[in-house]
Parts: sequence; structure tokens; C-alpha cells
Amino acid sequence: MEVDREDGRSQNQLRPLACSRSILHRAHGSASWSQGDTKVLAAVYGPRAGTKKNENPEKACIEVIWKPKTGQIGKLEKEYEMILKRTLQSICILTVNPNTTTSVMIQVVNDDGALLPSAINAACMALVDAGIPMRHLAVAICCCVARSGLVILDPTKLEEQKMKAFAYLVFPNLVHSVLPEGSPSVQGEPIENGIITSVTHGTMSVDDYFYCLERGRAASTKLSDFLRRNLQQQPTNSSKAG
Amino acid sequence: MGLPNASGDLSTEVEVDAFRRLFPLRFFEKHLLESIRPDARPLGRARDTTIALGAVASANGSALAKIGSTTMLAAIKMEVMAPSIETPDEGCIAIDFHMPPICSPIVRPGRPAEAAPVVAKQLSDTILSSGMINLKELSLVSGKAAWMAYLDIYCLDADGALFDAALLAAVAAFSHLEIPVVSLNDDGKIVLSEEQGLSDREPVNKEKRKVNLGSIPFSLTCILHKNYILADPTAEEESIMETSVTVVLDSSSQLLSLYKPGGAVLAYTSAIQDCIALTRQRVKELQKILEEAISGMEVD
Repeated sequence: MEVDREDGRSQNQLRPLACSRSILHRAHGSASWSQGDTKVLAAVYGPRAGTKKNENPEKACIEVIWKPKTGQIGKLEKEYEMILKRTLQSICILTVNPNTTTSVMIQVVNDDGALLPSAINAACMALVDAGIPMRHLAVAICCCVARSGLVILDPTKLEEQKMKAFAYLVFPNLVHSVLPEGSPSVQGEPIENGIITSVTHGTMSVDDYFYCLERGRAASTKLSDFLRRNLQQQPTNSSKAG
Repeated sequence: MGLPNASGDLSTEVEVDAFRRLFPLRFFEKHLLESIRPDARPLGRARDTTIALGAVASANGSALAKIGSTTMLAAIKMEVMAPSIETPDEGCIAIDFHMPPICSPIVRPGRPAEAAPVVAKQLSDTILSSGMINLKELSLVSGKAAWMAYLDIYCLDADGALFDAALLAAVAAFSHLEIPVVSLNDDGKIVLSEEQGLSDREPVNKEKRKVNLGSIPFSLTCILHKNYILADPTAEEESIMETSVTVVLDSSSQLLSLYKPGGAVLAYTSAIQDCIALTRQRVKELQKILEEAISGMEVD
């Protein structure tokens, strides 16, 4: 069943991805991530000494500050901050630098759909740029369920508003194992099938959700490859004399 | 309290409490090995739930919901306002969730709880997208007047599963809501009619009516820890095992929300299916409890 998307993409096609790292000079790590017209800038400062009052001093603490493109900070921004904080806490190795705080600042440059997944991807790349120790990367994708039950990936803002439901899914990235027994698996399923984070909006049936999960997993392998290629490229030499 | 050699004397009790405070994860894991939790619940069972309708007499609709010790008070006030230009025949619902310092030692007067805006937003999204309330029912005079329902939910005791209790309280308050009688006075403004049959003005709606509820959403929060799935956690369990999954289903088994905000444990398909199955059971329990509360009120 074909669906007409306004920009002519097919059901499973993602928008063009672009990512650049080390774009801010004062930040310890920074990255800009864009998926089509959605663009997010992430900066990482840390680890700094000391944790906040209610946090556990035996572990590192991650603080997220989300700045929208326009308007005041409200409940939506607080919710995104909390989701991002908990997602990043689950991928960073918190026991390496105890009693420190790492701040992640997110600035929305343009919102054209799939904003939270772009922010998660940008934050991961910024953490890599800053050298924060992590277990694996998080790969985030947005899946929309149309009224006909069809699932499309990476919607634009118009598509998000028209569809009956959408889901933001975050998976761990694909592991290329050098060991002969292949990548580790839990309960017979490979590690990259597990969900780190899932946020849904709107009404969908339970089967639609599982279908979204499958499509999301397939897309996350493409995103993982993009991340791997991007990270393997040499960073540009910032010295003009070089 | 779960340990096999608990005798009556004080020193053993003090040791159990000390162990619980010093090594909370080991304390819980000892219980999980026996498929039970410290409050003697099996892993898949939620705490005792009660709903009391009409808790706030001055509000148009109110309810007090308790899941175990978690207590939520929901109240709805109705006000007449002009509808927006884009939706001239629809009313409006404003949902707010408050965590006053009474609910938990972590919440202090100057510093609002981190969980409050997040739960408020989740509640708002869930209730508005569930289709439980048809906004066109809240319209009075198309283009000129419509009802605005202010739903306020106060957490009186925060002992885990805040979203579940808040959603239950909100749903119960809506099922208790009675829209007051109003009439149009000579200036063209809507006023509350105190008594029927007294005024010579034509009442805009004839009698206090209840709102028709569409499909009602119910939720269940589960904690994932290694291979265990614990339904309806207490605050202690939530603080030790941080990975939680909240599933919201409505009465026709449509998935309204599957919310898993990060967490060290990854959720595989089998775990999600188990959570959804536990939520389906819980939806049936909650539907029964809500119906009993409503029919209890009607008898009065």
C-alpha cells in the first residue's frame, strides 16, 4: 500500500541526515544534527566537580537544559529535559567519574517534525565529541501511524499533525563485534532490539505499536551506519597554520 | 518481614531495617528470588485501589483516588468563556498537576518537584487525545460562549505510581462532573441560574447534566529489573530500580501511550508484551472499581 508523502519520500525513507561536530569552540563537546529541515544544536560541558543536592554522589550526574526556538520554557521543555536526561543516563557509564556533573545544552534551531529524536542524536554526538565514556550510542527515530494503519518514518511537522499517532523510539546502536560468537544477545534477541526510550502520542492499536517497533529497528541500523561513518572520518584541523 | 529467622525481639527488627536502608537493592533482590515483594504482594499485583467521588463539595466534579498510599485529589471547576475563533463550537479543558510539599520529603516549598510538570504534561496529552470528553459537548452558544473546565489534581501523598493515581483521579472527577444550569440574561451574558422555574429567562441548558464519557483511559506503571517485571511500584522501589514503563490503554484496548523514559534496562518485545498484558488485567479491575464508585454515588 503506497502513501503519498508531500516531499515524495517512500514509506521507509528518512530525510537527508547531516551532522557536524566541534562547531562550538568554548564547549567541551558540541554537535549539530539535522534531519531534513529539523536542526538541533547540542553542547556538552563537563565533567564538572560536584553534583546537585538530591543526586547520588557515588555516580556522575547529567543535567540537561533545553532551549526552544521561540517562547518561554514550559512543561513541554521540562518533559523533554527529563526524557533526555534519563536516556543519556542509561547510555553513559556513570561510575567512571563519580561526584561530577555533565551539562548538556540543547538549542532548537528549527523544528520540522521529529524534534526529540534529533535532539537525542545530537546530544549523543556531542557527548562523543566531549569524550564522555559511554556504553553504546543511542539512535532515535520517529514513526508515525496513519489512519489506514500504515507506518511511515521520520515525519515532517505537517505529517505529525495529520497522523493519528506517532512514537519516538530510541534504540542502542548496532554492535559490530570482532568476537567469533557475534554480538551479545539477551533472551535470544540481539541487544540492538531492546528499547531504551519510547514516547507515544495519540491512539494506536497494540499491533500498530509492534509494527512501529519493527520499522524503527530497521531504520536504526541505517542510522547506526551513518553515525559510524561520520565518527570514523577525521576531525577537521582547526588550526589555520596547518 | 520476609527473612526466615525473624523472631519477636527488637534487635532482629533493627537489623532488618538497617539492612533495608544500607543495602536496598540486595534487600529487594532477596525478595524477588521468592517472587514476592516486601509488602507481600506478588510481582504482578497492584496495590489496593479506592475511589471516593464528590470529595470537594464546592467543585463541580471531584474525586479522591488512592492506590496503596499514593493519594490524589482531583477537582473540576467550570467557567464560561468565549471559544476561540478556530473552534467556535468547542469548549476547553485546562489540566494542572500540583505536588505540594505535603506529599513527600523530597519536595520543598521553594523548589518545585521535578516530576510535577512532566506528569502534568503527560496527563494533559493522555486525556485530550483519548477522546474521553467530546469538546463539542462543552459548547453553550456557538461562537459566543463555551465551558472551560479547570481540572486541578493535587498530590497529597507521593508513594510511587503518581501518573496512574492522577489519571484515575481525573477520570473519576470527570465521571462525577455535573455541568451547572446557566441562562442568558438581558445583556446577552450567561449567568448561573440559582433555581429553576424562578426566572423568566430561558435557560440555556435545562438541568444539571453529566458529561458523556467516551472510552476511558486507564494506566499501569511497571518496573523492569533484570528479568523481573514489578507492577505498581512504591516510591522506594522506584528509587532503587529506575527503569519504569507506563502503559495507558483505553476500554477498547487501544494503546494511548507507552512511555519508557530511558532507564538502564532495555525493553525487549517479550517484556513489552508482558507489561501490556498486566495493563489489560488492571484496566478490568479499575473499570469495576470506578463503576462501583459511580453506582454508590447514584444510590445516595
